[in-house]
Amino acid sequence: MKSVTKAYRPISWPMKGAGGDTGSWRVHRPVVDPKICSKCQICWVYCPEAVIDRKEITIDYRYCKGCGVCATECPTGAISMEKEE
Amino acid sequence: MTTSIKQLPDIEQVLSGNGACGGCPATMALRIVGKALGSNAIMLLTPSCSVASMGMTPKLGYNWPCINICFATAGSSASGISHALEIMQEKGRLQGELPTVFCWAGDGGTYDIGFQALSAAAERNDNMIFFCYNNEAYSNTGVQRSGATPRGSFTTTTPTGKRQPKKNMALLMLEHNIPYVATATVAYPGDLYDKVVKAKNTPGMKYIEILAPCYLGWQFNMPETVQMSRKAVRSGSWLLWEAENGKISFNNPSAHIISGKKKAEPVDEYLMKQGRFSRLLKGSDAAQRIAEIQGDIDREIAFMRERAKITI
Repeated sequence: MKSVTKAYRPISWPMKGAGGDTGSWRVHRPVVDPKICSKCQICWVYCPEAVIDRKEITIDYRYCKGCGVCATECPTGAISMEKEE
Repeated sequence: MTTSIKQLPDIEQVLSGNGACGGCPATMALRIVGKALGSNAIMLLTPSCSVASMGMTPKLGYNWPCINICFATAGSSASGISHALEIMQEKGRLQGELPTVFCWAGDGGTYDIGFQALSAAAERNDNMIFFCYNNEAYSNTGVQRSGATPRGSFTTTTPTGKRQPKKNMALLMLEHNIPYVATATVAYPGDLYDKVVKAKNTPGMKYIEILAPCYLGWQFNMPETVQMSRKAVRSGSWLLWEAENGKISFNNPSAHIISGKKKAEPVDEYLMKQGRFSRLLKGSDAAQRIAEIQGDIDREIAFMRERAKITI
């Protein structure tokens, strides 16, 4: 990945946040309960946005769009959707 | 044995914060494809949702060299690039492993507009992978009817439901006698991963079609993307199969449906969940039109079962 200053050319460079801080689109926020979570990584594989950390099962709220696929697919029910303040 | 979730590699080719809708099945599928292809690949995109979700200049949401090309030219452009790469390697201007050339097109760019170039590329057997992510409508421009739209489905150009069945594109590609054809869907990531790895290691033209249930186009709730994809397979309206050198083999759970070990779920439940079929289900002739859809699915299952027996 290149820095932003180098990127002002007619071509684009791969970089996070190409659509802006997409976390602001979110209506519901997924919250992981580490006590229930079995670290099966199902949420990680289905996340369309690649915001879930594979090892720790933490969510990058800067880019999470709050689609809720992780909460629906979680087999233990460790992810709950809470209304954004 | 399909690859389990924990065995999938860490590499991420779809970067966070791209412009796709929340719960987009196309980026979901592209992430798994990225894990299988790795970073040594060249991506060609025809106008589709995936181009819109690349983000804004000077940033790019996919970690590959991406080329945006005209709608009808996915096959021919990829042919040109793969030939150029081979010649560059021959002349010694390109060292190491050849990059994988792949097209990422929607169902409009495959079934309808891109078919001519794709068919020609398949006939020439050029070295590339053609991915079609099939959301069964032109979703990028606001859900219009395409060749992949199933019978009875509402789109803005078929307000009373489409009257014709969809075409079986994967089977059409199989009849081009190409080395590898497969169908997959987002609910089975291990299956999709294996198919892409197999395609990557096969020389010649490869075609992989991925069913991508678009919640806006299909009008269901956003978190149910994966469930809808799973229901499509379990009801038999989407069959998971692959064909190596023309020999079809089915993958679970479609293999059970084809062998008759397990009965396909009735299509009603799959249809009820989707708003695009709600007008059809409200009418006075609802039972007859559901029977028509069920008939299409039963015909497809019976046809594929018999087609798989031909192994010459």
